Amino acid sequence: MIEGNLTLQQGSFTLQTGTFAVPASGVTALFGRSGSGKSTLLRALAGLVATTRGQLCFKGERWQNDAWQLPTPQRDIGFMFQDAALFPHLSVQGNLLFAWQRAPAATRGAQEAAIANVAQRVGISDLLGQPSSTLSGGQRQRVAMARALLSQPRLLCMDEPLSALDTPARAELLALIDTLAQETHLPVLYITHAPLEVQRLAERVIFLADGRIQRIQSLADALAQVDSPLFADEGPVSVLHGALQARDGDGLTPFVHYNLRLRLSLPASAQPSATRLRIKARDVALATLPPQGLSVLNQLPVTVQALQPEREGRVVVVCQLIDGQPLLAEITAYSCRTLDIAPGQHLWALIKSVALLD
Amino acid sequence: MQLSPGEWQAIWLTAQLAGLTTLILLLVGAPLGWWLARSTSRWANPVAALVALPLVLPPTVIGFYLLLLLGPQGAVGATLQALGLPHLAFNFWGILIGSVIYSMPFAVQPLREAFAAIDARLLDAAATLRAGPVDRFIHVVLPLSRGGILTAVVITFAHTVGEFGVIAMLGGNLAGETRVVSIAIYDYTQGLNYDAAHRLSAILVGFSFLTLLTFYAINQRVLAPIKPN
Repeated sequence: MIEGNLTLQQGSFTLQTGTFAVPASGVTALFGRSGSGKSTLLRALAGLVATTRGQLCFKGERWQNDAWQLPTPQRDIGFMFQDAALFPHLSVQGNLLFAWQRAPAATRGAQEAAIANVAQRVGISDLLGQPSSTLSGGQRQRVAMARALLSQPRLLCMDEPLSALDTPARAELLALIDTLAQETHLPVLYITHAPLEVQRLAERVIFLADGRIQRIQSLADALAQVDSPLFADEGPVSVLHGALQARDGDGLTPFVHYNLRLRLSLPASAQPSATRLRIKARDVALATLPPQGLSVLNQLPVTVQALQPEREGRVVVVCQLIDGQPLLAEITAYSCRTLDIAPGQHLWALIKSVALLD
Repeated sequence: MQLSPGEWQAIWLTAQLAGLTTLILLLVGAPLGWWLARSTSRWANPVAALVALPLVLPPTVIGFYLLLLLGPQGAVGATLQALGLPHLAFNFWGILIGSVIYSMPFAVQPLREAFAAIDARLLDAAATLRAGPVDRFIHVVLPLSRGGILTAVVITFAHTVGEFGVIAMLGGNLAGETRVVSIAIYDYTQGLNYDAAHRLSAILVGFSFLTLLTFYAINQRVLAPIKPN
């Protein structure tokens, strides 16, 4: 667990977390608007703000007690900054060596292999000799990632590592972060204000506003809450977990989770490895009878679990798919009344469009 | 151009004085410049003003007060004598102290500017990579400040070579002890020995010009690769 209660004052901004506890495993997103205190909280957790006060424990180890702080170098944290913060006077290799030479179990003999291994995993093998100032934004963050991993951390902190990147680089790095988080089993604290990144990566979310932790929820719980801040941009969204299978005879790619089966139309060139699907509640229609003669690919039986109160003439229906995963459908209040939708009812969900989170 | 043994002695003494002054000011100026660049203490401004004082004071004023302080009647000089040591007026150690104070802004200012220009996030990054404060200073701050350090070294050395007033007040004109090149030139001029004054003066002009020329050439090369793209 990462648990504590931290306060700090920076100019007119006050961070006051209240008592919190998050499991030290998987990816935890710190989500909030800019100015909500995400970065300050992460920096305080890393011991980078001298004026932090309060209590902090990491896996039972004391990191902060009132004004006393365990110095950052002793916290074993890998930190990825928004702008990568590579040392400009060192080459890529030099940046990686900086981390390796100070890592606890690092030996000189293993140095070359360790650097080659990490460089290969994050895709920077051919950049090692380059000066760090000549890299693109995406390359810089990859080097920062390799550097953080080489320091053999027990916790990875990422402060909006994708914010300075263009969309393709962002998607690539997001996938890389996901893979590495799963492979290394390191707990990751990931700051973002992009709901998509939360849906893509996170296991749980710390919601921040005005310097306070508002709540800590599992991603599933957060997504089940129709007024979640995660939906501020595009309205409610469902995230389905599953796995892609080989393209079938109809040229469609199945996405399967237990007895749940969707079929997706992907470009032939795509070789995605996504394990999450994203479906906007607005793209889901409901039918009381098995529909026929429709072009919609995915027509799934669901059970209504709850109806959210009507807002602006629309109702979000919380449904359960046959594998138990929730699916949100946003329909008009008029349709909801006409079809007489009620909890417990069996319906057909027509999914007009899905997006792979990869 | 033939130089007399006395002139060689003055040049050697000047080099020793400037070299030692530069060394001391690097050791003192680095932590001081760092503190001035990063401190939010209310003492930062008074200390900065104190360090910059030699820029605006006539060297004679500095020399005068140091003479009072370090001489046989002064607090420092008298204490040294009570301990059986010589006082510091009219000897090499006295003018070394004078030079350190007189050249201090020329060392501290470039160091302070170089330190202040370092992105604080690089230090945070180094801290998360397990670099302690001294490690960070040596392996991040110093390499990123090499332009400022080079400036501090060259300007301090050159400025000390060009020093006159403080030494004249505090050190007098003792061969091998306090008679540096600038004092020797003054001495020759007073004695109407213009040829000798010419020789030494021309050497100083040549030395100073070459030093600055080399400095600008190196500076361009040293700084180029670490400028952010």
